Amino acid sequence: MTDAAWIDAALTSARPQAVGALLRYFRNIDTAEEAFQNACLRALKSWPQNGPPRDPAAWLIMVGRNAAIDEVRRSRREQPLPDDEAISDLGDAESALADRLDGSHYRDDILRLLFICCHKELPATQQIALALRVVSGLSVKQIARAFLVSEAAMEQRITRAKGRVAQADLPFETPGAVERSERLVAVAAMIYLIFNEGYSASGDTADVRRPLSEEAIRLARLLLRLFPGEPEIMGLTALLLLQHARSAARFDAQGSLILLDDQDRTRWNQPMIAEGLALIDKAMRHRRSGPYQIQAAIAALHARAARPEDTDWTQIDLLYGALEVVQPSPIVTLNRAVAVSKVRGAQAALDLIAPLDGRLANYFYFFGVRGALLMQLGRNDEARTAFDRAIALAHSSAEAAHIRMQLDRLMRDSSAAQAEAGQ
Amino acid sequence: MLYALLCYHDEDVVCAWTKDQDEAVMAKLAVVQEKLIKQGRLGPVARLLPTTAATTLRKEDPPLVLDGPYAETKEQLLGFYIVDCANLDEALEVARELGEANPGGSYEIRPVGTFRPGGALA
Repeated sequence: MTDAAWIDAALTSARPQAVGALLRYFRNIDTAEEAFQNACLRALKSWPQNGPPRDPAAWLIMVGRNAAIDEVRRSRREQPLPDDEAISDLGDAESALADRLDGSHYRDDILRLLFICCHKELPATQQIALALRVVSGLSVKQIARAFLVSEAAMEQRITRAKGRVAQADLPFETPGAVERSERLVAVAAMIYLIFNEGYSASGDTADVRRPLSEEAIRLARLLLRLFPGEPEIMGLTALLLLQHARSAARFDAQGSLILLDDQDRTRWNQPMIAEGLALIDKAMRHRRSGPYQIQAAIAALHARAARPEDTDWTQIDLLYGALEVVQPSPIVTLNRAVAVSKVRGAQAALDLIAPLDGRLANYFYFFGVRGALLMQLGRNDEARTAFDRAIALAHSSAEAAHIRMQLDRLMRDSSAAQAEAGQ
Repeated sequence: MLYALLCYHDEDVVCAWTKDQDEAVMAKLAVVQEKLIKQGRLGPVARLLPTTAATTLRKEDPPLVLDGPYAETKEQLLGFYIVDCANLDEALEVARELGEANPGGSYEIRPVGTFRPGGALA
């Protein structure tokens, strides 16, 4: 790896802690970001010459803070600026000083920074954009590309989000235990949103959006390192890893979605699966279940099955049942129906989803599942109606193509059946 | 004499590598490893999963199970090599070569006391 690449990785990894600490000093996101930016520019000059500091985050915090304070002084009194060397030359004082300033705070600094991004008043898309910009440090251009909007539109979205956050009361006091755990829940949900922005992308957009999933995994690991004993954060990280492990097998050469049953399981990422399974093992020991752990446990059962027919559907059905209790939602029931169809047959699954008709009337996947179940029961006309509805509701060409494939199979089967009947 | 080369690095930085960067580093390391294998000097090699996957057992009575690595440090133990070297200079030379392929962090070079290769795993 080149110097530049190493420095780049070091700056990226130090960013959440450094911006979080600078935000605590300056209590303003823009000032904190500018100070960090300023420190990064100095790092690019100083590190290749003097070697990287022992603690890059501490270095960036000190340099960013000093530079910003000097900026304020200069604008007030027009004093001559100290030169770069004086600002950046922190020597051995750097680590000790930064430790004293930050050691006890940095965990809450990072959590606060993430928490601010998922402010209740921000719509999900703004939360994600703000977090990717402020915490992850992606450029507006990169974020705009992932969201398929123009750079100007994304710039505006982020500026608006920052404006709303600035008007709200930023929570700067050290949080108590209850407040801290509420923040964790909100931040975990936002990280999952970021992940899904990448994961739900298909076909032509999958490549540009995959980095969002990778970034979400990085943030989840970061959060877990800050709160190593939180089973739900272990569950979240495990869930993201186990789902992302399948990414190489999820699309065919044309960009169409490949269902779990049809995926080439040798293309699943084994180290990622190993990490996910290790985390879910650790989480279970705490005996404090939660929605992320349950979903991760379901993903783990899929990951453990070398062939689709080895899948423990009975256990998956039970886990979805548990998920319905802690997080009731028609989508969860719909997912459960797939497991039920494997354990108790298509009719039982159809009965389970029948009451969801009204609430999922505009949900592509609902009609896809219903069509597949009807097809298994040989109710081909009804199946065709369901598939037609699914195609009408599809969000992407990959989704539509996938349903069309099932429709084709249906046509083939029924014409084959007719041919047989005619013989 | 066998030496353990214990790889320490800031995990946050390694996690911030892109997939391409990670693969590039692994490919360079593989070249050095291949050379050592040809010389018959390379023993077991392991890359460890992140410390977030670690659990610690404190041998108290009763033993205490804790989430996370044993020690909170700036750099974490991320992997190790067992290499056969004539002396410390040779071990340092191997570490330097590996270090050129994978800059940042440090290698702790520890002579091995007892070595049992164990049974074949794979």
